[in-house]
Amino acid sequence: MTTPTRGARADRAGATPYLYLAPAVVLFTLFIAAPIGYTAYLSLRRVQFSGLGLGKKSRTEIFVGLDNYRTAVADGEFWAGWLRVLGYAGLVLALMLGLALVFALLLDSARVRLARFSRIAIFLPYAVPGVVATLLWGFLYLPSLSPIHATLRTFGFENVDLLSPSTVMFSMVNVAIWGGTGFNMLVLYTQLRAIPRDYYEAARIDGAGELAIALRVKVPILAPALVLTTVFSIIATIQVFTEPMTLRPISNAVSSTWSPLMKVYRDAFVTGDLYSAAATSLVIAAISVVPSLLFMRLVRRQAFGEER
Amino acid sequence: MRTKRLRMVMSAMLVGALAAGCSGGGQEETPQETGPVELTFWTWAPNMDKIAAVWNAAHPDIKVTVSKQAGGDEAAAKFLTAAKAGNAPDLVQAEYQMLPSFVAAEAVADIKGEVAGVRDQFSDGIWNLVTLGTDGVYGLPQDSGPMMFYYRTDLFTKYGIAVPKTWDEYAAAARTVHAKDKTVYLGGFSSKDPGWFAGLSQQAGAKWWSITGEAWKVGINDDATKKVADFWGGLAKDGVVDTQAPWTPEWNAALNGGKIMSWASAVWAPGVLSSNAPDGKGKWAIAPLPQWSAGENYSGFWGGSSIAIAEGSKHKKAAAQFASWLNTDAKALDLLIKEAAIYPAAKSGQNLMTTAPEYFANQADFWQQATNIAGTARGFTFGPNVNVAYSAYKDAFDKALQNKSSFTDALGAMHDATVADMKKSGSPLASL
Repeated sequence: MTTPTRGARADRAGATPYLYLAPAVVLFTLFIAAPIGYTAYLSLRRVQFSGLGLGKKSRTEIFVGLDNYRTAVADGEFWAGWLRVLGYAGLVLALMLGLALVFALLLDSARVRLARFSRIAIFLPYAVPGVVATLLWGFLYLPSLSPIHATLRTFGFENVDLLSPSTVMFSMVNVAIWGGTGFNMLVLYTQLRAIPRDYYEAARIDGAGELAIALRVKVPILAPALVLTTVFSIIATIQVFTEPMTLRPISNAVSSTWSPLMKVYRDAFVTGDLYSAAATSLVIAAISVVPSLLFMRLVRRQAFGEER
Repeated sequence: MRTKRLRMVMSAMLVGALAAGCSGGGQEETPQETGPVELTFWTWAPNMDKIAAVWNAAHPDIKVTVSKQAGGDEAAAKFLTAAKAGNAPDLVQAEYQMLPSFVAAEAVADIKGEVAGVRDQFSDGIWNLVTLGTDGVYGLPQDSGPMMFYYRTDLFTKYGIAVPKTWDEYAAAARTVHAKDKTVYLGGFSSKDPGWFAGLSQQAGAKWWSITGEAWKVGINDDATKKVADFWGGLAKDGVVDTQAPWTPEWNAALNGGKIMSWASAVWAPGVLSSNAPDGKGKWAIAPLPQWSAGENYSGFWGGSSIAIAEGSKHKKAAAQFASWLNTDAKALDLLIKEAAIYPAAKSGQNLMTTAPEYFANQADFWQQATNIAGTARGFTFGPNVNVAYSAYKDAFDKALQNKSSFTDALGAMHDATVADMKKSGSPLASL
């Protein structure tokens, strides 16, 4: 093999990185950038019927500027949906992450028995698809056949409706916690196992008990993992869709616009207005980014301070 | 040097493979010059694959492949999405009320020329549902869902009530039954079934949509429908009818356990009852729906569907041949009745129904009664945005049930949402 000239070598070095990048760029363009671009394009248009809207060529697509955005933002139901989702997300975040942290710390402490079994038992619900989990719980929420209601009745609570307007949100929160705690616990637990045991020994020598070790040593070290799980959970709960959508057929208390994403689904696939759905989904995307960014900014110093 | 070249080759291959992977799906389908015509058929009717197999055996040149779908709103959404994406099936089962939105989206073809020969197999009322009152023909009627009153004979005797002849008698009976036993209801109001409400409104003489000249007229809150809404609103407010969401295990248990004693349903109900309420076998019977005034005799339609042909199909003629066979051929109709438990729309099919469904073994003249009732059913023209109206129905009446608020207002909300949607898309609207 002959040694190539300097120029050829530089050319080759110039092309190679792009070739490496190409798969990622192609995938990104095809599956992320292009659909977002198309969504943005659709959001500026709508269908215009001429005549009765039946028969050929009675349907044309026209450019309407920001009309769809104006309608989306002016819809009171849209903002009511956001309120419901904020309440839901607040509850899920606090309870699910709290439980995940407690379980992770318990499993990590030396004294717990049946650690492996408990770990799997807590994680297992995560492996159940959301729709299945919600259907399962949904049937348990229906009174006549449910062990939940049977139990409530033995304690004197007759006629508790778990799918009424005032309770249905808690019923959904319950499903989300049941399904999500395991995953978050596992992330935190894995991080805990990576902490050198010497730290605990040092703490013990300084006279710290298990509780003090958990609160003063483990939790601060867990901070980056907690941030990670919180951000993921914020994004997931804001986009809540499966639980309300699956409970809707069995409850009179879940409207077709219960969460903002459900409104998008209704517009796109039930009432056939892809254009409004496109505009609304872009508004949702913009709004969803805000809490995540705010949270990251808030905790950046505490969580990642030592890395900077 | 060598490794660098290798890396370059590998990344080039990766890009190549990726590009090939992406373009694989987009290849132009060349029409087959030889061999049989291949048709795909989306339907949710049970055992349709068996019926298609009978056709395939007799017609080696046209092969129909059945793809079983879930019914309901999702089925319509899926078809519209597929049509938009250019990969719709050749044939699709379309509920009558969804047909106008399919036509408006230019997703189904006008097959007037292909099916002219079978026109007189169908009654005018049914045929109107596939022409939408226009010159075109957008599908072939498959089944229809005339509504009738299903009731538990044993429980009616137990509670000492007669089969209600009018809706006033129905209301009185509902109060009597619920007063005697708080856990039992005469019947239910469903905020989840806009088609059910539409059928009851048709019975009352409602016309939710109509065409006057070149404009649509929307009459969802017309007097007939208001009367129906008020009637159920009163019963729901007093808590004497069941208002839980139907089609749940809870509802099945209530139906099965005799907690719901009657059901204003359609001719397809025996299939539902036998699977959801197996314990009631031999205890149910049918009668005409209660009437709005004594002496009247009307019914409405809940459900029923047609077979339409996609605008994008490359084999419209072959598809129309199959659709005509399926819905008018004596052998096919017999199979539809026996295998798919369908009440055929074709006149000749209705004469084939002789033995009562097994679940109704106690009522030997079941089909005779059903056919008589079917003759009294009246429908209305469905507009281009039934999907919007139906979605608004669920939201508005869900809310009315929750808040125990006025059903008239709920109906108004449904009407306004429908009109607003038509205004937005520029449909010409006749003033009311």
